[in-house]
Amino acid sequence: MNEMIRIDNVSYEYRTQAESYLYDRAVDGVTANIMQGEFVVILGRNGSGKSTLARLLNALLIPVEGAIYVDGMDTKDGELTWHIRKNVGLVFQNPDNQIVSTTVEEDVAFGPENLGLPQEIIRERVDASLKLVDMMDYAQHSPHMLSGGQKQRIAIAGILAMEPKCIVLDEATSMLDPQGRKDVMSILHKLNKEKGITIVLITHHMSEATYADRAIIMQEGRILLEGTPRSIFERIETVRSAGLDVPKITDLADRLKKRGFSINGLPITRSEMVSALKNIIKYKDVTPFVKKRQQINLNNSSHAKDIITVKDLNYVYMPGTTYEKEALKNINLSIKEGEIFGIIGHTGSGKSTLVQHFNGILKPTSGNIEVDGQPITGKNLKELRKKVGLIFQYPEQQLFEETVYKDITFGLQRMNFSEAEIKERVLQVIDLLDLSPELLDKSPFELSGGQKRRVAIAGVLIMKPKVLVLDEPTAGLDPSGSREVFNILTELNKKEGTTIVLISHSMDDIAEYCHRVAVMNNGELVMCDTVENVFLKSEQISTMGLDIPQITELFNTLAQDINGLPQPVLTVESAVEVLDNLINQTGGGSL
Amino acid sequence: MINNITLGQYVPGNSVLHRLDPRTKIIWTAALMVAIFMVDSWNEYVMMGSFTLILLLISGVPVKQTLRGIKPLVFILLLTALLNIFFVEGTVIFRIGPVKATYEGLISAVKLFLRLVMLVTTASLMTLTTTPMSMTDGIEKLLKPFGRIGVPSHEIAMMMSIALRFIPTLLEEAQRIMKAQSSRGADFDTGNIFQRLKSFIPVLIPLFVSAFKRADELAEAMESRCYRGGEGRTRLKTINFTRLDLMASLFVIVFLMLMFGYRFIF
Repeated sequence: MNEMIRIDNVSYEYRTQAESYLYDRAVDGVTANIMQGEFVVILGRNGSGKSTLARLLNALLIPVEGAIYVDGMDTKDGELTWHIRKNVGLVFQNPDNQIVSTTVEEDVAFGPENLGLPQEIIRERVDASLKLVDMMDYAQHSPHMLSGGQKQRIAIAGILAMEPKCIVLDEATSMLDPQGRKDVMSILHKLNKEKGITIVLITHHMSEATYADRAIIMQEGRILLEGTPRSIFERIETVRSAGLDVPKITDLADRLKKRGFSINGLPITRSEMVSALKNIIKYKDVTPFVKKRQQINLNNSSHAKDIITVKDLNYVYMPGTTYEKEALKNINLSIKEGEIFGIIGHTGSGKSTLVQHFNGILKPTSGNIEVDGQPITGKNLKELRKKVGLIFQYPEQQLFEETVYKDITFGLQRMNFSEAEIKERVLQVIDLLDLSPELLDKSPFELSGGQKRRVAIAGVLIMKPKVLVLDEPTAGLDPSGSREVFNILTELNKKEGTTIVLISHSMDDIAEYCHRVAVMNNGELVMCDTVENVFLKSEQISTMGLDIPQITELFNTLAQDINGLPQPVLTVESAVEVLDNLINQTGGGSL
Repeated sequence: MINNITLGQYVPGNSVLHRLDPRTKIIWTAALMVAIFMVDSWNEYVMMGSFTLILLLISGVPVKQTLRGIKPLVFILLLTALLNIFFVEGTVIFRIGPVKATYEGLISAVKLFLRLVMLVTTASLMTLTTTPMSMTDGIEKLLKPFGRIGVPSHEIAMMMSIALRFIPTLLEEAQRIMKAQSSRGADFDTGNIFQRLKSFIPVLIPLFVSAFKRADELAEAMESRCYRGGEGRTRLKTINFTRLDLMASLFVIVFLMLMFGYRFIF
C-alpha cells in the first residue's frame, strides 16, 4: 500500500490575541501516516486540535514545525498547493457555509470549474458525483431547501467531482440528524470500498469509528492513542479521560466482565455482543426465570398536575403562499409538573414548531394551549415567558452583550428586579451551571464553545422558569460536554422541581433521562407514553426514520433467539440489572 | 418575512424567454424600459402595453405571479396617481375645499399608473425567466470589456451570486434569533421608533457575528476547492448568443422602430 499522507512531527500554533506574543499550540508534535485506501477516524473532544490538523492536511494551514507530505508533495511548497487541494478534499462541519452556488449541480461543478476543465468533462463529473451520493434527483434544486444531511452529501459530491485521492471530513456529521448521519456514513464507506478513496473522518462520535481501519485519539494537540478501533475501545478509562465515550455495547460488555461474566475479548459490534450473550444465556426460553418487571417510578407523575396542556392544536406555516404547509395537525397532549418530557421525531416533523407554541412565540392557527392552568392569550406573554423558558438550538449564537454578566441578565433587566436581586440570581445560576465568577466580566465571544452554551442557558435559567424547554441542547458538543449539560438538567429537575421538555435526536439520551416521550411524525403526534412503552414499539419507531437506543436494539436482536426476555431494556444500567438477575435465577452455573 | 421578497424570483420554465442569453435579456430590458419612459400618446400606450402583454404570455409565467411582484408597489403607484389627479392644472372635475381634481390630472394619473406597471412587469419578466446564476454570468460577460479600465467583472459577479445564495439562509437566521431573543424577554413591538430600533441590537449583533463567521468558513471552503479567482476558470453552463437571440433582438428592434418611427413619419 502506498503512503497517502505523511505527517512528520508537525506543530501548529495560533496567536491568542492579535497584539500579544502568546501562542496557543493547537497541534503539538504529531506524527502519523495515512495509507492509500485507508479509512482513518480521528477522535478528540472540542479543542483537541483535530480541526487544525484537518486544515493542515490540505495546505489551508502550513505547519509551524515539521512537515506534511501529501502523495509525496510537501504542503509548504506554494507551487504545489493546488495539486494538494485537488487530491485532498475537505468537507466542513457546517453544511450551509460550504455551498457556494444557488443550484445543486452548479455547486458540485464549482471545483472542476476552478480546475479549468472543459465543459463536457465538468458535466460528466457532476452527474457521476451526484449519482454516487444519490442526489441526482435534486440537481436543479436550490440548496437552502435541502436538509442538513442532503447538504453534506452535496458537499461530498462537490469534492468527488475533483476526483480526489483522499477526503477529509471535519466533524461533517455533527450537525446532522440520525438519518442524515447514517446516509453520510454509508456513502463514505461505499466510496472507500468501491472507489478506493482514502477517508479521514474527524469526529467525536465513537460509534462512527467502529467500522474504520484505524482510529487516532487526540488530546491537547497530541496523539493519545492510535490503533484499531477494537484496541482503542478496550482502553475505556483512557478514552473517557480524553472526554470521549465508548459505544454503549462496549460499555455494557465491559461492565458485565467486571461483574464476572465470561465474555471473550471485547465485543464492539451488536452481532459480536449478541453471540457473546448467547454463550452465557444457554436457554431458548427464559420466561420462568424473569422476575416481574417493576414499574418505574415516575416522580409520582400519575398524581402530578398538568403544567402544559395542548388541545386540538393546528398550525399552518405561511398560509396563502406557495410555501404553505400544515406543520402541526390536531395535537393533543399534556405535560405533567416535575417530569422530564422528551419529544422525538425526524427533521421537519414539527417538534420545534410545537415547542414554540409553549411560550407564545408562535400563535396557533386553531386550538388552545394552557400553561399552569392559564390559557395563553396575547396579553400575558411577559409572564408566560418567565414561566416557560425556551432554549433554541445552538443558543450561544444569540449572545451579544459586552460582558457575560450583561448577557445573562438581559431578560431580568427588562422585568423590574432590584440590582441586588439580579446579582444574587446571577451568582446562583452560574454556580448551578459550573461557570466561574471571573468569567462574568469577560466578553462572551472570548469563551470556549461549551462555556458559551452554558452562558446562553444561564440567560434563560435566571428567570427561574417553571418549565424549561430545550431544543437539542447538546448538538455539536462532545460527549463530556453533553454529559455536563444533562447533569445540570437532572439536578435542576430534582432540586428545583423544574419541568423539563427536551427535544433530542439522541435516543440513548432520551432513554436515559426522560420519563415520558412524545413521538412526532409529519406534523402529527403518533405516540405519547412512558419511554418504556414507546420503545417497546421499536419497529414503528424505526419506520419513522428514528433511531432505537443501542441497548434496546441489542435486546431486540437477542429476543429473536431467546424467548421471554424482558422488553424493552433501554440503558446500560438496566441491561446490567436484567442480565444479572437472569443469570442468578438460572443458577449462575454458566458463569 | 421571506414571502415578502418573491418580487422577481425565478420561475422555472422552458419558454423562449427562458432560453435567451441573459445578456440579450439585460440589454433589451434596459432598452424597453427607456422606451416605456418615452411613450406618450394613447396609440403608443396601446402598442407598448400589448407588447408587454405578449412578452408576458410568451414567458409562460403565471400572470398571478407577476402581479404579486407589483403588489408591494401598489401604495406608491396609487399615491403618485392621486397626486397627479389633484396637482395637474386643467379642467376641474370637482373640488374639495382648496384642492381640485382635474380632467388632465386624471388622464396623466392613468398614464403614469400604466407606465409604472409596464416598467415593473418588464423588469420582473427578466428576473422571473432568468436564474440568478445566469444573470450574474450575463453581468460578468457584459462587464468584461470594462476590465481594461479596472472593473473587476468576475469578482462583482461572484459577490452577487454569493449574496443571492445566502439571502434565504440569513433571513432564516434572523428570524430564529428574533424568536430566541423574544424568548429571553426582548420586545420588538412596543415603544417609540428609537426604542424599537434599539431593540434590534440583540438581533443585529448575533447576525453580524454569524455572517462574518460564515464568510470566513465559506472562504476556507472555496479555497480548499481550488478557487483562485476568475483566471483560467471554466463553466458548467456557458451562455451563448444563439440564432434565437439574434431573432429576438431583431424582433425588439423592429418593434421599437415601428413604434417610434411612426412618430417621425406623421
